[in-house]
Order: sequence, then C-alpha cells, then structure tokens
Amino acid sequence: MALYSEKVMDHFRNPRNVGEMPDANGVGEVGNAVCGDIMKIYLKIEDDLVKDVKFETFGCGSAIASSSMATELIKGKPLSDALSLTNKAVTEALDGLPPHKLHCSVLAEEAIRAAVKDYYDRTGTDYDPSLFPEEGSCAHSHDHGESDDAAFELDLPEDVKEQLAQIKAAQ
Amino acid sequence: MIYADNAATTKMSQVALDAMIPILESNWGNASSLYSFGQQAKDALEDARQRIAVCLGAQPREIIFTSGGSEADNQAIVSAARAGARKGKKHIISSAFEHHAVLHALKALEQQGFEVQLLDVGEAGTVTPDQVEAAIRPDTCLVTLMFANNEIGTILPIAQIGEVCKAHKVPFHTDAVQAVGHIPVDVVAQNIDMLSLSAHKFHGPKGIGVLYVRKGMPLTSLIEGGAQERGKRAGTENIAEIVSMAAALEDACANMERNANHLIPLRNRLIEGLSSIPYSALNGDAEHRLPGNVNFCFEGIEGESLLLLLDDKGICASSGSACTSGSLDPSHVLLAIGRPHEVAHGSLRLSLSEYNTAEEVEQIIAAVTEVVEYLRGMSPLWKAKCAGKVPFVLPE
Repeated sequence: MALYSEKVMDHFRNPRNVGEMPDANGVGEVGNAVCGDIMKIYLKIEDDLVKDVKFETFGCGSAIASSSMATELIKGKPLSDALSLTNKAVTEALDGLPPHKLHCSVLAEEAIRAAVKDYYDRTGTDYDPSLFPEEGSCAHSHDHGESDDAAFELDLPEDVKEQLAQIKAAQ
Repeated sequence: MIYADNAATTKMSQVALDAMIPILESNWGNASSLYSFGQQAKDALEDARQRIAVCLGAQPREIIFTSGGSEADNQAIVSAARAGARKGKKHIISSAFEHHAVLHALKALEQQGFEVQLLDVGEAGTVTPDQVEAAIRPDTCLVTLMFANNEIGTILPIAQIGEVCKAHKVPFHTDAVQAVGHIPVDVVAQNIDMLSLSAHKFHGPKGIGVLYVRKGMPLTSLIEGGAQERGKRAGTENIAEIVSMAAALEDACANMERNANHLIPLRNRLIEGLSSIPYSALNGDAEHRLPGNVNFCFEGIEGESLLLLLDDKGICASSGSACTSGSLDPSHVLLAIGRPHEVAHGSLRLSLSEYNTAEEVEQIIAAVTEVVEYLRGMSPLWKAKCAGKVPFVLPE
C-alpha cells in the first residue's frame, strides 16, 4: 500500500491555492522550524465570506496536502464555516492520513483559526478568546512510539543482580 | 528509475543470483543431516564460510552466520557485556551516531546497570583514536564504533582505534555494514575483535549477515535451540543465501578498486552539482567518505516532500527528516554532527553503486535543483529567511 491516499498525493502534487496574498486581511501562521512544519494561511474576508484564501507551507507531503485541502474546504464559504473547520474534516476529505501524520491536519485547522483571529483583531471584532486556544508544541500529536522493553535480559552474575535489585528498590 | 539509495539496500548482482539458484534447486538438504545429501549442503556451507573468511582476513571458524547486521550487532554487544559483567566491568564506549541496532542494544544494557559512554563525533562525523584512549577505563568491557556511517558515509580510523583497544586489552567491535565490500577491511591488520556485516549492502541477498568473532573472544548465543554455528546461533542454516553472500562478497572485493574509481568521480560531481544550490551544505567529511555516499542539507524545505517529488521523477533516495523516520526528531546522526533540527529536517541522502552512471548523476542534480527551488517557493520559512526575518543557518 502506498504511504498516502490518492487524494493526498493529488493535493501534494497539485496544491490548490498555493502562494502569497499581498492584500489579505487575515493572516495566520502556526508550527515552527524545529518541528519541521510551518503553515501560513492568508484570508481575504468580505461580507463575512471567505472571498479568497492562499497558503504557504514548509513541511512534509501530508502537511502540504492538508493545507491545500483546508483552503479548498473554506474557499467561498461563510467565515463561521472557516472557524468551525476541524482537522477531522480535513483528514476525511483527504481520504485519511497515516496516524503519525494526523498532526498535519491539526496544523491546518490551527492555521485557519489563527488567520481568522488576525482578521478579528485587525477589524476590531469582538470574539470569545476561548475560541482561540494556544497552539500546542510540536509534540502535540506526533505518534511517538517508544521502543519496546529491552529485547533481551542478560544472564548476570548473582552479585550484579543483587546490586541491580538494590538500585531498583532505592528508586 | 534511478536507484540512488544503495545505503538502504542494493540490487542483487548476477553472480549472487547465479550462486543462489542451484542451491535452491538441487542442494537444498539440511547441513545437520548425516546422509551424504545433507553433507553435500554442509560442504557448500563450509566452502562459503571459508571464502568469506578470506575476504575479511579471518579464519573460517571465526565466521558466525546471522540473519543480518542487526543481529550481529546485538550478539557482539551482548556477548562483550556479559563477559565484562562476569569480571565486574560494565563500562561501554560507543559513539552518538551509531546505527540504532547498536544504540538500542546499548540502551537495553543501560537499563541493566551498564554505563554507556557515547563519544562526540564532531562536525566532521568521526571519532579519533585519542578520544577512545581518553575514554577507556579499567572497567571498560567494550568499544563499539562503526566502520563507516550509514547516513553521512564518513569512514572512521578503525585500524588506529583497534590498535588503542588492543593496547588496553579492551574488546573492539565494529559495525562494518556500510564498509564491507566497498572499502578495504582486514580484521587482523585493523585490530578488529568483532565485526558485523550484512549481505544486502554489497549486492547480496537480504536476511543474511555475518558476525566475525576473533578466536578466543567469548560469545553468547541469542537464539537457543541447536548446535549450528558451534552452538552460538541456532537455526537451520540458510545455505542458498550464505552461498550467494559469499559470491557477492568475493565479487565486491575483487572489483573494489574498479568500483571506487567509477564511483568517486560520480560522487564528487554530485557533491559539486548540489553545492551550487544556495544555502545547502554537505554533511560529513568530504574526504574520509564512502565512495558512493552524498548527504546534503537544504535550508527552508522538508525532506519527505523532497523525496516524494523526486520519486515522481523516478529517483529513489532517502532523508533524515523526522517525517521519514516516523519519530519526533530528525536523524540522530545529523544532530550528532551539530546540524540544528530545522536544517536536519531538510536532508537528502543519495547513495550510489557501480550500476549508476554519469548521465544519472546529471539527472539527479537537475531534479534536486528543480524540486528544492519549487518547495522553497511555497515555504514560509524560506521566505522569512529571504526577507531577513529569520537568520540563515547554512552558508550561501
């Protein structure tokens, strides 16, 4: 099986709405370079509608595809739709993402929210701050499976075993 | 397709294939069986052992067949640790950029009360004999250092490190998976007590490898259940693959100089071509380097998207980005040589073999240049750097 669905590969190879938007009235950027992914969303809001949307992404294939799909899902839609877009909706529209890539869809959701918040801030619109929680660190949804327990036990001499048992007991 | 991921695995050579088929067809007996058909299989096994020993400068009885490099690494490390513990010696010296087969085995030992000291590999990606000498203590039971690094291709001064270990009577193991068949290896001249190798890195089959263990070194069995391999590795021998491995190794060693003469100019041209991409850098020492290894970082892009777009152009390569490793952090090797996370995410490893051509190298340079430029065009990080909002890490 391929790493990604056909939908993901399509949006990765042919990203929709990619690029800068000089006249955007809402811009959001999430992620950081240390984590390996940054998403930037540009919104042009008119009459409470997302008239236009663009993105720029530094990241892996699923980060680029998630950004592309997220912009498609909100383009031309009411602002409230953009605000309520979930990472689940992005993932489903992409016909799924591998478990360790789900954080890419979370970033897309967060980037759009950040752009909407920026729009509200610029226009002096009142909003409920709880709608815009602080974004997480890069650890937030990487599936970071620790390796299994030690693969083997040594046949240690008795005195060493005793010492180890004492160390363990002391902890 | 342009296959440039020979550090991951290699295409089987015709000699390796030709050696394997007759065993599967007509010499498929069990080498432990008493009757002559079984003994005929045993003869093929022992012949292969002899030929592999010759390639390494070892004695046939010092060759233990394993399922590959990982098993050989684990067995070497556990054996030395167990022997050390019996004498109350529980200090192990290794390096920060070993393969995970070594690092994870050492981590398991740490949980069992061993003290593991990982030497710094510096920007060049190597360990000096002086570093090893300074780290050796009366309770050191093992030094395990790789012959050549699997990601950045740097070659360590193994003979000199072996000399230091020998002088201090400390067992020395080397993970030589990337070196054997590509650069000269001689266990006696290089003072190696234990060495791991894997057939599929030199155009042999997967699932077969060797642990060389110098005569007199204590060896612990990881797999119990039979008298094969002098009771040190149970399981019916995979003779077809063992014979195929012997043929591949002989072929690789016989053509080593010719292959290196073909590969080094290709490698250098690839390094030169990729260096013309702005804000890129070669990882690891340029000189003490495997003939086929090229490893670069490109600022402002992420490695997985680079690999996927190269795949679309028919180029097989690999990366040390976190997204390709399936973990949170990018390659421990790139971090060990001092690359910051953000740059390590944008790494690319191209590993050539004698089957690659000069035309392919030109195609790779053109493709990588194009893809890096395309990805930078949509990278907010790259734009922030170009606008002076975020500093560049690599030199222009």
